[in-house]
Amino acid sequence: MNQMKHIIILGAGTAGTMMANHLHHHLHQPEWKITIIDEREKHYYQPGYLFLPFGIYEPEDIVKNITDFIPKDVELVQQKINRVIPDQRMVQLANGEGLDYDILIVATGAKIAPEEVTGMKGPEWQKSVFDFYTFEGALALRNKLREWTGGKLVVHITEMPIKCPVAPLEFAFLADSFFHEKNMRDKVQITYVTPLSGAFTKPKATATLEHLLDEKGITIEGDFAIEQVDNENKKIIDYGGREIPFDLLVTVPTNKGDELMARSGMGDDLNYVPTHKATLQSKNWNNVFVLGDASNIPASKAGSVAHFEAEILTENILRFIKGEPLKEEFDGHANCFVETGHGKALLIDFNYTHEPVEGTFPFPGLGPLRLLKESKMNHWGKLAFKWIYWNMLLKGRHIPFVSATMSEKGKHYTETVSQ
Amino acid sequence: MEKMIAGKPITVNEEGYLTNFNQWDEKIGEAIAAEANISLTPRHWDVIKYLQTEEKNQVPLSIRRVGKSGVVDIKEFYSLFPNAPLKTATKIAGIPKPASCI
Ligand SMILES: Cc1cc2nc3c(=O)[nH]c(=O)nc-3n(C[C@H](O)[C@H](O)[C@H](O)COP(=O)(O)OP(=O)(O)OC[C@H]3O[C@@H](n4cnc5c(N)ncnc54)[C@H](O)[C@@H]3O)c2cc1C
Repeated sequence: MNQMKHIIILGAGTAGTMMANHLHHHLHQPEWKITIIDEREKHYYQPGYLFLPFGIYEPEDIVKNITDFIPKDVELVQQKINRVIPDQRMVQLANGEGLDYDILIVATGAKIAPEEVTGMKGPEWQKSVFDFYTFEGALALRNKLREWTGGKLVVHITEMPIKCPVAPLEFAFLADSFFHEKNMRDKVQITYVTPLSGAFTKPKATATLEHLLDEKGITIEGDFAIEQVDNENKKIIDYGGREIPFDLLVTVPTNKGDELMARSGMGDDLNYVPTHKATLQSKNWNNVFVLGDASNIPASKAGSVAHFEAEILTENILRFIKGEPLKEEFDGHANCFVETGHGKALLIDFNYTHEPVEGTFPFPGLGPLRLLKESKMNHWGKLAFKWIYWNMLLKGRHIPFVSATMSEKGKHYTETVSQ
Repeated sequence: MEKMIAGKPITVNEEGYLTNFNQWDEKIGEAIAAEANISLTPRHWDVIKYLQTEEKNQVPLSIRRVGKSGVVDIKEFYSLFPNAPLKTATKIAGIPKPASCI
C-alpha cells in the first residue's frame, strides 16, 4: 500500500516534456515518482530547422537546455535508453542499469534514416545532398546556401509518413523568397519531388498549395518513389527509371521511430509503436501509453498534435490509475502554419475525418487568422509559435481558445465528413 | 457513381476505385487492368491476391511493405504496374487507394 509507484517517460523532447509538466501537478510523492529519460542535454525547437538554412533564425534561437523545462520534482536521467522489456515492466539503460515502472509513456519521437536509400548518404552528402530535418543538416545547408551560385534546386520527400508533412513545401516556398531577395531567382530552377500524387494529402489543401507552387514558378513532380541517389551524375532515380537531375538536392529522408523500439520488439516496420488512435494506449500493453511522433496513429507528426494529445493523455493516465475506463477522445486534431514566403503564411486546421478548408481561426467568423488563405497575419502567427512553444507548449499550459479536439465552427465545409 | 465495367454496372469513386469489394471479380480486375494497358499474368495475380489479403486484414498498404512482403520486390512491382504501382494495383484489386498518411 505504501510503496511508491513509478511512472517513466521515455524522451524529453516536445511530447515527453509536456507530459512531465502536466503530470507533476497531479501525481506527487510519496505515492508517485515521475522519471524522464533522454540521452541529450539540449532541447531543439525543430520547427526552427526550416528557418535556419535561410538565416531567419540563428542557432541560439532554437536550442535550449532540457533542464530548463523539466519540473524540479521530476527526476531527469540523462542516459541512452537501450531497450524496454514490457513484460517485466522494465526500462534498461545503455549503462546496463534497469528501472522498473508501473506506467510507461513512450515519447521517443522520429528521426531521419538516410541510409534507407542507396547513395543518399554517399560522397555528396552535405556537399550537394542535404537534409534540414536535423540541426546539423540545417546548419550545413545554411552554409551551403550562403555561397551557392544557382542551378537546379530539387526539394524532395523520400517516403511518407514524415514529421510535419508541409515542411518540405514550406522549404520550397522560402527558397523562392530567399533567392528573390538575393536577386538570383532567375538563376535557380526549383523542382518539388514527392511520392504523393500532388502537393499534399488532402484535396482542398492540395489545390491551394499547387496553385501557390505554380504562381512561384516551382515545378512539381509527383508519384516519385526514389530508388537511389546517383552521386556521380547528380540525379535522383525512381523505381520506374524516372530521373531528375540536381545541382543541389534538399531531401527529407525516410523518417523512422528510434531503433530502441526494434530492440524492444515494440515497433512496426518503421519502428513506430502500434497505438489506439483515440485513447493513446499501446495496443499490446495496458500500462504503456504513446504520444508524439513515436506512435503509429494516422495523425500528423507535429508539435501541435503532441500538444493536443498531451492534454487528453494526462486525463487518460489519471483515469487509468483510478481504474476508470479511458476516454476515446483524441480526434487527430492538427493545426499547422504553412510558410509561403515573402512574409506570408497560411494556416490549416484538420483532424482524422475533416480535411483543411477555408475559414477563420480561432474565433468563428472573426479570425484574426485565416484558414487556407495566405496572409501576413498568419506569418506573424508562425513566428509567434516559437515563443508559444518555449513559454507555453512545453510547460503544458493550455493555449487560450484552442481546444484539444477540433472545432467545426467558422469553417467552410461543403460536406460534413470528408476524406 | 456507377460505371460499366466488364459489362456490369459497378459503383466507383471519382478516381475509379471500387467502393464495394463484393462487386469485384477477376473479370472486373482484368477490365480495369486493360484500361491501364496492362494484361494480367500470373505474377500480377500474385500481387493482387496479396494486396487483397492485406486489405482484408486491415494492414495499411505502402510500397515499402510490398517491397518487403517476399511476394515481389519494388523493382518488379514497378515493372508489373508501371508509374504508380500501388495506386494501379489497388484499383485493379478492387480495394481502396492507400491513404498515404497525413
Ligand atoms: C523541419 C521540421 C519542421 C517542423 N515544423 C513544425 C511546425 O511548424 N509545427 C509543429 O507543430 N511541428 C513541427 N515539426 C514537428 C515537431 O517538431 C515534432 O512533431 C515534435 O517535436 C515531436 O515531439 P516528440 O516529443 O514526439 O519527439 P522529439 O521532440 O523529437 O523528442 C524525442 C526525444 O526522445 C529522445 N530519444 C529518442 N530515442 C532515445 C533513446 N534511445 N535514448 C534516449 N533518448 C532518446 C531524443 O533525444 C529526443 O529528445 C517540425 C519538425 C521538423 C523536423
